[in-house]
Amino acid sequence: MAKQQLGTDKPGWMSAVIVYIAIIFLLMPLVAIVPVSFTAQRFLSMPEGEYSLRHYQALFTNPIWGQSIRLSLIIGVIASAISTFLAVLFGLGLWYVRNRFSIALAALVFLPMVMPPVVSAIIIYFFETSMVDVMPWIAFDTVGGVVLGHVVVATPFALVTFLVALSRVDKRIDMAARGLGASLWQSIFWVVLPNARFGIISAAFLAFILSWEEIAVTLFITSFNVVTLPRQMWNGMRDNIDPAIAAISVILISITVLAILTRDILRWRNAARARKAG
Amino acid sequence: MSNTWGRYAILLAPLPLLLVLVYVLPFLGVAKWSFTDPEVGLGQYVRVFTDETVRSVVIRTARVCAIVTIASVTLAYAISYNWVFGPPGRQRLIEYCVLIPFWISVLIRAFGWLILLRNNGIINSALMDIGLISRPITMVRNEFGSIVGMTHFLVPFAVFPLASAMRQVDARVLQAASGLGAGRMRIFWTVTVPMTLPGIIGAALIVYVFAIGFFITPAILSGGRSVMVAEFIYLQLFQTVNWGLASALSVMLLVVVVLLGFVLHKVVRLDKLFG
Repeated sequence: MAKQQLGTDKPGWMSAVIVYIAIIFLLMPLVAIVPVSFTAQRFLSMPEGEYSLRHYQALFTNPIWGQSIRLSLIIGVIASAISTFLAVLFGLGLWYVRNRFSIALAALVFLPMVMPPVVSAIIIYFFETSMVDVMPWIAFDTVGGVVLGHVVVATPFALVTFLVALSRVDKRIDMAARGLGASLWQSIFWVVLPNARFGIISAAFLAFILSWEEIAVTLFITSFNVVTLPRQMWNGMRDNIDPAIAAISVILISITVLAILTRDILRWRNAARARKAG
Repeated sequence: MSNTWGRYAILLAPLPLLLVLVYVLPFLGVAKWSFTDPEVGLGQYVRVFTDETVRSVVIRTARVCAIVTIASVTLAYAISYNWVFGPPGRQRLIEYCVLIPFWISVLIRAFGWLILLRNNGIINSALMDIGLISRPITMVRNEFGSIVGMTHFLVPFAVFPLASAMRQVDARVLQAASGLGAGRMRIFWTVTVPMTLPGIIGAALIVYVFAIGFFITPAILSGGRSVMVAEFIYLQLFQTVNWGLASALSVMLLVVVVLLGFVLHKVVRLDKLFG
């Protein structure tokens, strides 16, 4: 009880001041975008008393935004599906076989995750420019090429997510299934994967998000034909800054905040329900 | 043994096979460029160390990344410390303030800083309105912009390892120090900081490794003025069309990252040794 009275082992006022400064620092650039998105001017500026939704409107009327959003959604869904499929296969393999060889393979598979993005970008650029005549559907500045680039970058992250979920699955349920006569594939499909389904969903979600906002590799492997949403934002940010970028940013920030809050409300409700049941 | 392999090869083979084809072999191609473009030899590597422009880019990268690392780890330490030991309300606030920026794209975050720091941006306008300055302070298109934007991006990445290091600290040790009469400052500097030192070193290495390969934020906030290695590689590839130099720098970047990764690995082991 003396602890509460003294309390000197808890953070004091000085660290509280620093932490509130840090919080302002973290939130400031996100908050700053909001007023700018409502400016009535054609250029990037504060509203100065005159508010307008014209830049939100531009997102719907100017076809370049709609096109790039649609393209990013399509690429994100396909890249996420492929990444998740590859991550689940490899993750299961690693779950069943743990020896020096499989661990060496895992080290190889995680390479794109630990590599600086610019190095991955130049590597995939090299691959895709040399595929122009050999396999044009995955070459430089094609939708297939961007999907491939995103798969390479996102799969290690999907794999980590899936492996975390898989590590919580009890190996004995697989042994029980196999002992009762299930084949390897029957056990995987009917026993192991259903028990790791949340891991698969999280992996797919993460892969989608990584593809949806991927820019470093995309910048190297596209030019004029394939313009994803981040690429479009990048183009609009370079010289004359288009205020529509502020509008799309506010929408994306709102979605993120809503998603995090929804997740927490669901979690809190489940916890409350579990308490009631217990 | 071979029987087992046949069955599990279908699971284990596809992903590594794909990566060998589209990542490992092309990397060898990039490495080959660095020795053959424009002529065979070590010319491009010699350039990395002797050319005035390249050297200034490398030195600037090392310096900016060092500043960013110190700033990020310091802020992240204050955040983690309050996240783990602070009152519950503050803990929840911190959680949101770390997670929300973490999930928002690097482009949007750099764009937010551009709005704040531009010459006719929010900060300069506000300072001029209240009469503190008469001419805008240049905060973008120079190193300052990159440092602010990169620090903002990397703080959450430093918070996660630091918070996990702090959760491992036994709260009773801190209570014991307090009970024995140590003040807040003394506990912080002689107990908390030394006990989380492996976490600090780990976080600093992670931030530094991320920072040296960083490209988007400096390109937006320094606007091609104070170019760092990653953006320099992009420019060499697409504007100067000097593929050999771009490749040589990529290979060097890779070597540095591998070396730092090795140090990180040692530190993590040290952590286990002391934990």
